[in-house]
Amino acid sequence: MTGRLSSQLLALIASWLAFAPMAALSAPGGANDFGIPQVAKINEEIRKAWDAYQLKPSQEATESEWCRRVYLDIIGRIPSVDELQDFAKSRSATKKADLVAKLLYDDNYTEEYARNWTTVWTTVLIGRSGGTERNSLTNREGLQKYLRDCFARNKPYNEMVDELVTATGSNRPGEQNFNGAVNFLTMKVNEEKGTQATADTAKIFLGLQVQCTQCHNHPFNEWKQQKFWEFNAFFRQTRALRKVVPGTGEVESAELVDQDFGGEGGTPETAEIYYELRNGLLKAAYPVFVDDTEIGKSGYVSEVNRRDKLGELIQQSEYLDMCVANRYWSHFFGYGFTKPIDDMGPHNPASHPELLEYLGQQVREHSYNLKELIRWITLSEAYSLSSRVMKANEKDDPLLGETPKFTHFYLRQMQAEQLYESLLVATRAAETSGSYEQQERNKAQWLSQFVMAFGTDDGGESTTFNGTIPQALMMFNGELIQNATDAKNGSFLWNLANSNLKPQQQIDYLFQAGLARRPTKEEIGIANQLLIARATSGRDKKQPINPAAAKLAALQDVWWAILNSNEFIINH
Amino acid sequence: MKNFATPQGMNRRHFMSHLAGASAMAIPALTMGHTLRTHAQELKRNRKSAIMLWMSGGPSTMDIWDLKPGTNTGGEFRPISTSGDVQISEHMPMMAKQMHNAAIIRSMSTREADHGRGRYYMHTGYVPNPNVEHPSYGAVIAHETIDQRPELEIPPFVTVGGGSEGPGFLGMAWAPFAVNSNGQIRNLQVGMDERRLMQRMVALDLVEKGFISQNRGQAAQDHENILRKTLALMTSEQMKAFRVTEEPQEVQERYGMDNFGKGCLMARRLVEAGVPFIEVDLGGWDMHNDIFNTLSNQRLPVLDRAMSALFEDLEQRGLLEDTAIMWMGEFSRTPRINGTTGRDHWARSWSVVVGGAGMNGGIAVGKTNEDGTRVDTEPYTSQDVMASVCKSLGISLETTFTSRSGRPMKIANSGKVIKELFA
Repeated sequence: MTGRLSSQLLALIASWLAFAPMAALSAPGGANDFGIPQVAKINEEIRKAWDAYQLKPSQEATESEWCRRVYLDIIGRIPSVDELQDFAKSRSATKKADLVAKLLYDDNYTEEYARNWTTVWTTVLIGRSGGTERNSLTNREGLQKYLRDCFARNKPYNEMVDELVTATGSNRPGEQNFNGAVNFLTMKVNEEKGTQATADTAKIFLGLQVQCTQCHNHPFNEWKQQKFWEFNAFFRQTRALRKVVPGTGEVESAELVDQDFGGEGGTPETAEIYYELRNGLLKAAYPVFVDDTEIGKSGYVSEVNRRDKLGELIQQSEYLDMCVANRYWSHFFGYGFTKPIDDMGPHNPASHPELLEYLGQQVREHSYNLKELIRWITLSEAYSLSSRVMKANEKDDPLLGETPKFTHFYLRQMQAEQLYESLLVATRAAETSGSYEQQERNKAQWLSQFVMAFGTDDGGESTTFNGTIPQALMMFNGELIQNATDAKNGSFLWNLANSNLKPQQQIDYLFQAGLARRPTKEEIGIANQLLIARATSGRDKKQPINPAAAKLAALQDVWWAILNSNEFIINH
Repeated sequence: MKNFATPQGMNRRHFMSHLAGASAMAIPALTMGHTLRTHAQELKRNRKSAIMLWMSGGPSTMDIWDLKPGTNTGGEFRPISTSGDVQISEHMPMMAKQMHNAAIIRSMSTREADHGRGRYYMHTGYVPNPNVEHPSYGAVIAHETIDQRPELEIPPFVTVGGGSEGPGFLGMAWAPFAVNSNGQIRNLQVGMDERRLMQRMVALDLVEKGFISQNRGQAAQDHENILRKTLALMTSEQMKAFRVTEEPQEVQERYGMDNFGKGCLMARRLVEAGVPFIEVDLGGWDMHNDIFNTLSNQRLPVLDRAMSALFEDLEQRGLLEDTAIMWMGEFSRTPRINGTTGRDHWARSWSVVVGGAGMNGGIAVGKTNEDGTRVDTEPYTSQDVMASVCKSLGISLETTFTSRSGRPMKIANSGKVIKELFA
């Protein structure tokens, strides 16, 4: 090291050391309901369970922890430094309500809101691998186009469900009668008499798991096998017609249609279906909804369109309301009121039955505006709590098999999609990348490394993006992280290093960008050690190292460490 | 770019010395000490492994292991004689020469005929329960045999070409390491020199520990455990066990150049490297249509080639006596042939195949009735298979785990050992 370099470095180090983190922002005390009755009711019901189990809530999360949380959960990525600072600066008593309203209703966030919920619902409806298999009858882009439109326009949820259940048309964007909604069912109606359509429709929209009753009665509910096939009968007019690329066997698209159904007994006027009891006897079934409502038995579409009737009956069912309330609660808390969230009913009692029923009713009364449901949940006291566990609530740990009481925020890992979007925003890569479609394709390609499809009729799959070694390897060495920590001219870190920010502010910026907090003294100390290491560990010791290059390399090291940390990847 | 796992890269001990100097991220292997190492040879002799061949989708065992020719349900295939005292499908001719090494349990009778539930049940011995996540085979066996292999640096539970099932309450440290059958591990290449990586690890460790110390829950600690394991793996010479393409061409061809063939070959290499549990996935068994054509032209040739090569190689190398092999899916398929020449889901009467690790070969255990719709002898379950495999590996059936809620749970869900396998 030359003397000149050393003094420059020392000055730089001194400036970093002089920088001490400020105390955490103090949070206002007491449960605030923002004057919203639904929030007040949630707080009341959640507190009832705390009292009943003699639990006490953790203190409130810091404002920036809470801010990071709502960004991740509502629009699917962490906040940028500017967004964090905007929130921190506000002195308004309603700043939290203002931020939630902004993320939900401000035009600047519409695209990200729609993108996030399109991702969430695509996974619910067709899984992470749906449409990626060869010759699939599912067109993933088609479904996403439809969903994006729903969420961008905030289409009432009941209408969306109705469209997904009753849709007809082509599944492929660009075709004349394109209707992306058909992609929920195109792959589920042709095989095995539409049993997959039956099981998924009941599970996803009504929270009823009927698939096991396909072959036998549940031991405690004698009627269930009958119910399965009665529900199945609603799908028997429906077919997905393949269109192949001329001259090849490759599927180009699929069209979902309703056709007259002749029935399995050859009498279309009363088109019945048959199923086999375990003793080998055959029994007939006609379309009857889960609440025992019957519809006409005719198989002629002109007389009875069975899926249209099903759509109507689903809209009348209170299971529709409770199921979506449960699903959204689970999205924001990591746990719903039942486990699993799509298995409701007397055999699986809810942890907070009154609250679940109330939220369902409120969803219906507010015309299925899911943004309102999100507002109530995110402004609740439970959602505002710290993830730090205390003696007085350490028993509230769903990992111990306890039903969740929501006395503290439960840690959960970001989804792969959230990580991807977060890195784009944190490194401002989104500002320079291609069209929306291109971005989505890049993301899909990256995501595919974590998806393992089982190739079964029920679309079973698993993800390795759940805290495994392949995930850690990707975070250590993968291209996405290499790009995020790149130091070439014009990159995020290069721009930061060459910005007007003072050196210590640059470190601060990285901690804010990744962790929504300032660095501790120890962390600044490590940053300094890294700077020294970068300034002294050149390949050729005789050649002096440019301090600017050393600083940039140290910023790379710090940023890499932040991105690889538990604090970054875990929503807390 | 430098790959530390290659011979040209860093040697592991050198790499670890940086780490020790930096006092960050202590690696368990580093603290193992001298005494354990001196016992390594002895331990190696007691080293047991298991390989599960997982047939995702539910294979029709009536068409493979328990044929019913000449009945309504029997289908199109004929039985052939084998090197054991059993007959199997004509489409398994190579496996027929290995049947002296394998036992067919023909009286499996289970209740889960849904893919997800059946998968869970056959992997854990438990039916799904909302309040507790049970550890799967690989996690249990890795957990119980890890002490036999102090020098193992790569994950003890590997799944090839599939996802397997999770570690449940044993924690993420016992999660399956999922790899593709081509043997290339994604993102293994380290993009910087080792000193700089270690310095970064020191910074990372500070943030990591800071977050853990805030008492926010298990996930924070689990994350750090995985970081450690990942670092150990990135620097390990043992990673070469994954490189199946280094095998001679004729060996690769004997297993088959498809994914399952490569997976089985990788399983053999991993057993040789000391990995206690490997699962190899072969999907495509969910045959609701056109089952006989699909079986005879697609699935069975692939299965026959790879499975027989695996038995043959392990036996030749003297490894079969210490390696249990299991073949199973989540359930089987209906004896009744449906209107589209397929078979649907069926769990009431079906077969599982096991072999190796001292279990009797060449036999069929139990019987189904004439048309395969019922088990006529004592029915066996997932728990019983698991208990038998554990016994073959020398794992005590008195072993009891404690779930995070403090609930004691006996290994293999108190399954009973299938006597005929050990008589």
